[in-house]
Amino acid sequence: MSTIGGKVIKFGNNVNTDVIIPGRYLVSIDPQELAKHAFEPLGPEVQKRLWASQVVVGGSNFGCGSAREQAASCLIGAGIKAVVAKSFSRVFFRNCINTGLPAIECPDLAEAAADGDEVSIDLDGGMAEAKGKSFRFASYPESLKQILEAGGLIPYLAKYVLPQQERVKR
Amino acid sequence: MGKTFAEKVLAKAAGVAEASPGQVLDVYPDLYMSHMASWRCIRTMEKLGTDKIWDVDRIAMVMDHISPAQTAKTADDQRMCREFAVRHGIKKFYDVNAGIAHVVLTEKGFIRPGMVIIGTDSHTTIYGALGSLGTGVGFSELTAAWVTGKLWMKVPESLKVVIEGPLARGTTSKDVMLKLIGDLTADGATYLSVEFHGSYTKGLSVSDRMTLCNLAMELGAKNGFVPPDEATRRYLSERGVQPHDYVELQPDPDSVYLKTVTLDGRSLVPHIACPHAVDNVKPIDQVAGTKVNQVFIGSCTNAKYEDLVEAAAILKGRSIAPGVRLIVSPASQEIVSRTVKDGTYSVFLDAGALITNPGCSACAGDGGVMADGEVTLSTANRNFQGRMGSYNAEIYLGSPAVAAATAIRGVITDPREFLT
Repeated sequence: MSTIGGKVIKFGNNVNTDVIIPGRYLVSIDPQELAKHAFEPLGPEVQKRLWASQVVVGGSNFGCGSAREQAASCLIGAGIKAVVAKSFSRVFFRNCINTGLPAIECPDLAEAAADGDEVSIDLDGGMAEAKGKSFRFASYPESLKQILEAGGLIPYLAKYVLPQQERVKR
Repeated sequence: MGKTFAEKVLAKAAGVAEASPGQVLDVYPDLYMSHMASWRCIRTMEKLGTDKIWDVDRIAMVMDHISPAQTAKTADDQRMCREFAVRHGIKKFYDVNAGIAHVVLTEKGFIRPGMVIIGTDSHTTIYGALGSLGTGVGFSELTAAWVTGKLWMKVPESLKVVIEGPLARGTTSKDVMLKLIGDLTADGATYLSVEFHGSYTKGLSVSDRMTLCNLAMELGAKNGFVPPDEATRRYLSERGVQPHDYVELQPDPDSVYLKTVTLDGRSLVPHIACPHAVDNVKPIDQVAGTKVNQVFIGSCTNAKYEDLVEAAAILKGRSIAPGVRLIVSPASQEIVSRTVKDGTYSVFLDAGALITNPGCSACAGDGGVMADGEVTLSTANRNFQGRMGSYNAEIYLGSPAVAAATAIRGVITDPREFLT
């Protein structure tokens, strides 16, 4: 896990899931296929920048709206390594962690970062760098760290929880 | 110190004596609802390499969102769900004829006070109408619950909304919520449990309670809640569910709320959410006269029996404006049946409406989509860009009464003009 980052694409407040991935594409769960349609309502110019970026930065209430998990997985398919925002909608936050995409609540960084900036994020240390400045954020509790490190909830269950359940049942 | 509803219900579902905000608990939900996303859960379970389900009787599947199938891919997904339900003996399986999951499961008496319910749909908050805690999750998490029976949940702080009634003439539970969302914003209750109190909620119909809790999601809430009372018990009893079948949990009078807001329903006016955000809310006089191409009466928010009756009261003996499409999608099969029996169905037909099969319909972009530059007035819960067809179309949200009045005039219209 440790350090991740890259080029920033920046959005405003209340970015909703229908804009991130329109409902008509939910017939797929393939991140690469979904990525082709990520942010489609905002037009091809935004989509091109998305595909060339590694860090999505949003304002408050990022990912509000639907419970669609594809709002997180389409970003993974587009090559996004982390989402930073002033705040997240709760289902989107859970979906990020559960698909293995770090979602970081860091209002100062979300404010400071601009389109095209390079950001580097130290997840374990709870520290990010952009524009030559450092930004602190609360690192994840141990349980969430484990899910992220495993690459999401399903790989985590396969690796840690199911084998244990099997042992108990035997 | 007293406990809020969320603190009590999550402690119960986690099997601990008490819980406080911020605490993370392993919660065992009483019911796991999945809709069209069910096939994604089945595929995820295959990926996990297990066929063992924690408690098959806690699974409820309803084939809404796209019903009936429009493509061979969707038909195949739905077949996968049907076969899975048979193979595992899932009794709470409802097919494409049933309607919208939230309304169907409520009508069947599966939603009861004191339960914790997760669903692959953000509007799972609606279950608070019957005194339970409902909250949305992604399909991976729902699959995890199928297999392990549990998920982690943070105990939320609570927002107390005190609504004084009775509501002013021509206004409804929808207007209460639009006003509240406009005031508090789409971020106003993020992570919070929203409890609805006040004279308005006492004895309120379950239908209106559903509208309140459904739209709590648009405040960012984790869940919504209306304290169960005689109206709740009567509704359940009519569906064969008696008080010994559930545990009513009431928040203590001295519980601690992060915030309390009050809303005076007695002076309320109809409100409209304007494009493209649910919190872009205006009193109706500021948008009245806006031309519409389509009116949609549907969704888990406002296509319940009482909602259709409210719209029909205005449409009765009148016709929709030339060139306007009125699409009515009842929320469930039971509702279709009731409206056929009491003549409400004919009122819509005679007015010139297109009545679809029960289901999510146009709210989920399943039919009823718009061309470039078109405008819809909808009774649903979201008006996000591109949700109903073209990315260059606009959605306004209002009550069923507003929808009926608007369909008649062809422009956004104050329903009070039709009340005598």
